[in-house]
Amino acid sequence: MRDVIIIGAGVSGCAIARELSRYELDICVVEKESDVCEGTSKANSGIVHGGFDAKPGSLKAKLNVQGNILMEEMSKTLDFPFKRNGSMVICERPEEVSGLEKLLEQGVKNGVQEMKILTREQALELEPNLADGVYAVLHIPSGGIVCPFEMNIAYAENAAQNGVEFCLETEVQSIEKMEKGFRLHTDQGTMEATCVINAAGVYADVFHNMVSEQKIHITPRRGDYCLLDKTAGSYVSHTIFQLPTEKGKGILVSPTIHGNLLLGPTAIDIEDKEATATTAAGLAEIMEKSVRSVKNIPTRQVITSFAGLRAHEDQGEFIIGEPEDARGFIDVAGIESPGLTSAPAVGLYVRDMVAGIMELKEKKEFVETRKGITRFKELSMEEQNELIRKNPSYGRIVCRCEGITEGEILDAVRRPLGARTLDGIKRRTRAGMGRCQAGFCTPKTMELLAKELHLELKDIRKNGRRDAQ
Amino acid sequence: MKQCDLVIVGGGPAGLAAAIAAKKNGINDILIVERDEKLGGILNQCIHNGFGLHTFHEELTGPEYAYRFIQMAEELEIPYMTGSMVLDITPEKKLTVINRTEGVMEIQAKSVILAMGCRERPRGALNIPGYRPMGIYSAGTAQRLVNVDGFLPGKEVVILGSGDIGLIMARRMTLEGAKVKVVAELMPYSGGLKRNIVQCLDDFGIPLKLSHTVVEIKGKQKLEGVTLARVDEHNRPIPGTEEYYACDTLLLSCGLIPENELSREMGIAMNPVTNGPVVDESLETSIPGVFVCGNVLHVHDLVDFVSEEAAVAGRNAADYIRGNMEEKKSQGIPVETEGGIRYSVPSVVEPERMHEPVKVRFRVGNVYTNCYISLYLDDIRIQRKKRQIVTPGEMEEMVLKKEFFQEYGRPEKIRIVLEQAKQDDREVNGNE
Repeated sequence: MRDVIIIGAGVSGCAIARELSRYELDICVVEKESDVCEGTSKANSGIVHGGFDAKPGSLKAKLNVQGNILMEEMSKTLDFPFKRNGSMVICERPEEVSGLEKLLEQGVKNGVQEMKILTREQALELEPNLADGVYAVLHIPSGGIVCPFEMNIAYAENAAQNGVEFCLETEVQSIEKMEKGFRLHTDQGTMEATCVINAAGVYADVFHNMVSEQKIHITPRRGDYCLLDKTAGSYVSHTIFQLPTEKGKGILVSPTIHGNLLLGPTAIDIEDKEATATTAAGLAEIMEKSVRSVKNIPTRQVITSFAGLRAHEDQGEFIIGEPEDARGFIDVAGIESPGLTSAPAVGLYVRDMVAGIMELKEKKEFVETRKGITRFKELSMEEQNELIRKNPSYGRIVCRCEGITEGEILDAVRRPLGARTLDGIKRRTRAGMGRCQAGFCTPKTMELLAKELHLELKDIRKNGRRDAQ
Repeated sequence: MKQCDLVIVGGGPAGLAAAIAAKKNGINDILIVERDEKLGGILNQCIHNGFGLHTFHEELTGPEYAYRFIQMAEELEIPYMTGSMVLDITPEKKLTVINRTEGVMEIQAKSVILAMGCRERPRGALNIPGYRPMGIYSAGTAQRLVNVDGFLPGKEVVILGSGDIGLIMARRMTLEGAKVKVVAELMPYSGGLKRNIVQCLDDFGIPLKLSHTVVEIKGKQKLEGVTLARVDEHNRPIPGTEEYYACDTLLLSCGLIPENELSREMGIAMNPVTNGPVVDESLETSIPGVFVCGNVLHVHDLVDFVSEEAAVAGRNAADYIRGNMEEKKSQGIPVETEGGIRYSVPSVVEPERMHEPVKVRFRVGNVYTNCYISLYLDDIRIQRKKRQIVTPGEMEEMVLKKEFFQEYGRPEKIRIVLEQAKQDDREVNGNE
């Protein structure tokens, strides 16, 4: 019997795995997909929220603000890109300023620092491309942007480095409560653990409901996004939100950490937990609404669009804890926005809960830091030449749009929890994320992957499981 | 830092022809920088025939056509560097180049010819909604997989867009044993050459559906099928016209984009219609000594015209390096297009600097039948050509001669005008 099984290798599951990997525990993360970061964690806004939006006193508010503060240090410790670019919430009419004031007040209660309401003129000095209809803004300097893939992968790699086992392509089918602990029946056999952590994203209700009579219900809330070329990336420097509604924070316009411009998301409640298809109506809505925040968005520069599903629980709150009738089973459910921001805090919060279930004894050999893939493009010419001398594969550019070398791709495949699919390489290196959207590098990346994994080209997958249809 | 008279960025048909012309005009210190492992560019994956009818009066395959130029370059002992990519060019013509053996190096050039070619428009730019499964490729990516890597990406194929690569791949996939079910084209006309529609679709019984687009993509991990719909005159799908096609592969051939990242970073003035640099009669960009040719300048229909154009760039670069090129004394005379012609290359002409007749190339934005293409100096018509049909898929040209300016004086502007022929006008094709 293992000590801990974590269901789901998204950012919550991996952050928890990493925090628990400090201790002498036998931990396993089970994930139905072939890679970490395959669900909600891969398709979101990549925003580190200030924390003004959540209801004061809520778990969302607490973990958001904590996570925001922790993000800076974690990004250094685990080597993932993060920047405090600041956020703005716009309003369009004088009578809406009270809405901004309410957010400001809420933010102060939540512990968000240095927020300020700015007049249109003041805001334009910071952000000259705000739409003509913008009347005033709430400025949140602590807001930031992060690479959601790299953050998730960084947590996973550090956990793996510290002995956490990852069982990928392993789908949990049922959970049996035992006298002590749980038995998980998966499509790869059975597993047992004293403690089960349910970080299954949009599926968290399914697993919760297998062990508890106090049922929960998660609605996948689909969000469509459009990503624009890097030539549009500096069009705004802040993340620009609209006044939030019940359905969420509305359509945002934001630079991404890698310098693209991101528009979205929509908020469409669906039932199908796999339905990540964009729709024409969704894409049209993004275009229509984003111009209310920012004028003259160069929409012809769209290079791709995608959709993600937020795990919205009916109560609208993070559910983190043990159901009364299933001790040892810790839900990490309803992790919609600000889930990405909160992940570092969720990791610590759940660790403390596990400490209440079992004794946590610190490992001597725990490795605190993780080093990411060397970003060739970011090195000085001397460093680049040194690297090519040692390893000539860094002298071959595979992805011309993003300037990604063969060396980086090989590193992505060979490192712990390495990439097994084209999307896995893309998320780890950015190869294929540029303006040609993998038109030129697909054949080369396929060849490299085939060679490294001893596969034939026909067996190379874009994403997903080996056996899936 | 390494010095070089002429650096040519790209070793495809444009770069090779430019290098050969420069060498023949007395420039010896040349370097071609090619990012692929061998010279020839995209022609290496174009294994179908039909290349070289104008240049060699023969029908060659892409690799054969490329090989003729590679051979000429080898015979002329023109230096080249493969597996090497230009990362940056400064306005002062200092290039940063990377490869596996020499690492990152800087090269100072006297003159630069840009010949980077073009890339395909990706799915995202088309705003096709739906999932993002395996099985969706741009036509050129599929061409490389099939022709170079020997890998057939699927068995049941739908093609969106009737650009030439899409048409060629419809035939290619069919010959490799796949079933190409349909080619859908958003516009009411094809973007490809007539001969490709006949030889690649008609001859194989592959239907071409004009004014159709993909409105849905089915399959989360692997493509299962696509839904096509007819579009109205504003290119909006018409409800009720949807038709589902089961397929495992969707190829996109929806336009080519000149690959001008380096040109933009150098600060070269760009033409928003062609997405290529603004050039004058010498194919010189807004930075003196930087020339451009081939698909990075504007997307061509036939490689023969690329080679011809590139040779002009090569000769002019040679003149520039040898100090034989007149400095620009004025802005030059603008070339304006009217009546449905979208652009012209060059878009500005300085008669003083014309050493040879200048071919002005252009494309129309729609299909026109029974019309004239006329060349005016201000309001004086110098030439007109009767055309039964002009289409966006085929490039047109007009020749400007120095004598025109000697005879008629220096105009304010040069105009290329598409004019409808009158019903009773019986004049036949002027220059054809």
